[in-house]
This record gives sequence, structure tokens and C-alpha cells, in this order.
Amino acid sequence: MSEEGSSKGRISIILFVIILVALGLSLVAFYQAVIVYGSGDPSLGTWFLLIGFMGIALLTYMLLQTRRRTFKLPIQAQRVATTILCQKCGFKNIRDFERGDYVFKDVTEECPKCNEKMAIASIYREAEKKGKKD
Amino acid sequence: MIPMVSQLGGEGPIAWILQIAWIVMIVATFIYGQRIQMMLMLRDVESSLFRLKLMRNKGRKTAISTIKEVGKPEEDPTDRVDRFLEYIAIGPVALDPAGIIWRLEHVLDVREVRFKESVKAMVPKADKTQINNMENMLEAALALNIIYKVIRHFYVLGKKTKSLYIIMQLQMLLPLIMREAEAFSNALRAFTQGQPIGDGIGALVAAKLMRGHRKKKVAKDTLMAKVPIEGRTAYVIKATGPGGNVGKPGEAIKQIIKENKGKITTAILIDAGLKLEGEKAGEVAEGVGVAIGGPGVEKYKVEESALKYKIPVNAVIIKEDIGDAVSVMRKEIFEAADAAIERIKRLLLERTKKGDSVIIAGIGNTIGIGQ
Ligand SMILES: [Zn+2]
Repeated sequence: MSEEGSSKGRISIILFVIILVALGLSLVAFYQAVIVYGSGDPSLGTWFLLIGFMGIALLTYMLLQTRRRTFKLPIQAQRVATTILCQKCGFKNIRDFERGDYVFKDVTEECPKCNEKMAIASIYREAEKKGKKD
Repeated sequence: MIPMVSQLGGEGPIAWILQIAWIVMIVATFIYGQRIQMMLMLRDVESSLFRLKLMRNKGRKTAISTIKEVGKPEEDPTDRVDRFLEYIAIGPVALDPAGIIWRLEHVLDVREVRFKESVKAMVPKADKTQINNMENMLEAALALNIIYKVIRHFYVLGKKTKSLYIIMQLQMLLPLIMREAEAFSNALRAFTQGQPIGDGIGALVAAKLMRGHRKKKVAKDTLMAKVPIEGRTAYVIKATGPGGNVGKPGEAIKQIIKENKGKITTAILIDAGLKLEGEKAGEVAEGVGVAIGGPGVEKYKVEESALKYKIPVNAVIIKEDIGDAVSVMRKEIFEAADAAIERIKRLLLERTKKGDSVIIAGIGNTIGIGQ
């Protein structure tokens, strides 16, 4: 693990240098653009502006790359529902899953309508909402 | 662009600096372009590796805490779990392939017995269902551990050798590997609770068919019930639930064919199948061939007996993706069981006559599904 740690540092230093160079280049380019516009050469000034923006774009990209490193495990609790069914009258009772439940298990509770034995008819996960960030 | 840029440096020291900086950058990209690309890839791999590590650690922790909670062992199970996570099974030699199936089966049987024994030692007070579930859970944790270690191996190797190709392959494969690891991570949670998983849809179909009929053991961890369906006699097979296991459906089918002296009109195997991206989860598809996944031992047995007596083997596949297959069963997939039963009935009406004997086998992990 120590190896990984040291390399992480090295990569960051190189990134830092690239970011500094890009920042320097774009600043110089903007400065130059202002001077050239002042001396009355708009086409040359536009070139300097372009260079400046390219530098800024590179910089932003690098920074975003670094930002992406913060992450967490996207494990969200999902609701699992157990459906208890009365075979005689079709009375349904849906509740949260409890440890020990399984499909076709005869449960102890009786049907409130006809006092008949009930069994677990289904266990499934409710469809989760789309668009989770990954 | 270079001539344009050199025009810029007309006058003044700043223009000169700018021009030199540009040339340096272009030269640097020429020389170090690959290195920079490699570094970016390595960072990509590194972040995935970190996630894998989190998943592995979480899986291990969950396993240990579940064992403590369910089994209430007297001694701390941490050591045993750690030993379990490093367990290796070595496959048979393939140089002389004759009989490899039986040698592979033997290795797998021994592995399973060893696993069960070590789980029993961890949770001496648990019942059979819980032991099966704990074993499945530990296998998921083991898979996470191996994925993490293999990826770490190639990451370190790529960095040591500075080989773009090792790193590139790794980075290209990672999205798929991460999906698989996440699937195992989800599976682990389902196993700790004993909840049915998507892979169990075949077992669910068989359970629905055999419900209310007398069951008998036909092979290790495998049940059979004789069920009249549409005037035919169906031998319905599934793994013994509700503990997590897949049974030996191939062995069971072989036995039933043998007992009936080959007088089986057709065999229908129901299993979960990987869907392609864009297909809907829970879609039912039909075909021919032996629909049994895994290392191939059970599939081989069915193919062999079916060939011996020239029995056509049909497949009913319920489509789902790898994530669905090992995480808690989705509603769409659960509801596909009834559609699959309709398909089976239609198949029987089309392909068989009244009074025929058929085999209907539900394949898959029966965790959370009784009968
Ligand atoms: Zn009722």
C-alpha cells in the first residue's frame, strides 16, 4: 500500500506543474491580447485570446480530473417487500422483508377475514428510481 | 498553427517567452504524450481500485458481523473468515481431456464440503438454511476479494513495467469488472438476509409448479415432485430451498431419465439468462439446448443422457442482466414466473401428447425460495 501512496503524490506534483504552466500561459496570452488590441491589430489579438482560452480550458479539465477522485460507495438501502397471501379469499398483506422470510413459507398469522392460514406469496425489490449518479 | 504562432512573437520579451513556452509544450507532448496518457489511465484505474477495496472491506465486515449475529459463535470468527477469503480451488489438468468433467466435479464437491464444514465451524448453532446462506455470502465476499487482488496485481504490474498495454487493457476492461464487483456486493447483502435473487427465477417457476405435491429427494440438495400438468406427468425438479444452493439438477435429470428407462418425451429447463443491453428485464425467451450455467458439470450430464435416449431438451429463459441476477429479485422478474409457466404449458401442448412423461427443471440458486 505504501507504494501506491507515494505514486499518488508524484502524479499530483506533475499535475500541479501542468496546471501552473497552463495558468501562466493563459495569463501571458491574455496580457498580450490586451496590448495587441491596444496597438490596433484585432486579428492578432483574437489569436492571443484563443490561446488564453485554450489554456484555461486545459486548466479546468485538469482540475475536474482531480475533483473526480472524491467518491463514496453508492450503496443505497433498497426496499424489499414481502407479500403474505390468503389462499382462500385472496387477502393480501404487504410488509417489509424480515430475516427468515422465504417464498412459500407458511406464516403463523391468520387471515383477518376468514381465519385461514396464510403463506408468503412473493418477495421482491421495488423498482428503484433511475438516474442515480455513478 | 505553428507559423501563426511564430508570427505572434513579433516584438517584446513576453512574446518570446510565449513562443518558447509553446514550442516546449509541443515538444513535450511529442515526447511525453504516451507517458501523460498512461498516467491519466493509471489514475482512472487507481480510483476504481480504491472502490474495489472499499467493496471488499465492506463485504468482509458484513460477513463477519452477520456470522456473529446469526451464529452467535463463542470465539471470534474473524480469523476463520480471513482464511476463507483466501481459499483456492485448483482445476483439473486439461492436457488429457477425457473424463475431465468427473475430475472437475470431484474438485468442486470437495470444495463445497470443505466450505460447508468451515461455515459450520463458524456458526455451530445455525440451522441448515442459515449455513447455506452464510456459505453463499462468504463466497460473494471471496469473489470480491479475488477481483480486488487481481486488479491490484495488474495495476502494480503495469506501474512497475510502465507498459502502456497492460494499463490500457486494464482500463478498458474496468467498467465491466466494476459492474461485476457491484453485482457481487449486492449479492452479498441479499445472502446475508436470505432474500431471493434474480438467478432464482428458474427455481421459483419450479416451486410454483410443485407447490402442494409430494416431494422427494433425487440428488444432493435437489428435490423432485410428480405433477400432473395438462394431462401429462411432469417430473418437476428444483434445488432444495429456502437455503442458498443450486443443487445438482443435471444429476437429478439423469436419474429420472434412468428410472423411466429413457421414456421421457421432452425435457424443459427454465433458467435466468443474461439479457443484452436494450432488452427488457423479465422477458421470456424460448429455445433448445441445456440451459444450465456454472462450470459445466451438470450441463454435461443432461447432454449425455439426452443424447443417449434422443430426448429433445428445450430451454425457457427469463432475461435479466448480471446486476439483477445476483441482487434481490426485481418485481418484473418475479412476475415473469407466471409468463414462463404459460410458455411451459404451451410447449407441452404443442410438443407432447396426453399421457406423456416430461421433465421440467427449474435451474438457479433457490435462496429465499421454499417449495
Ligand atoms: Zn382469507
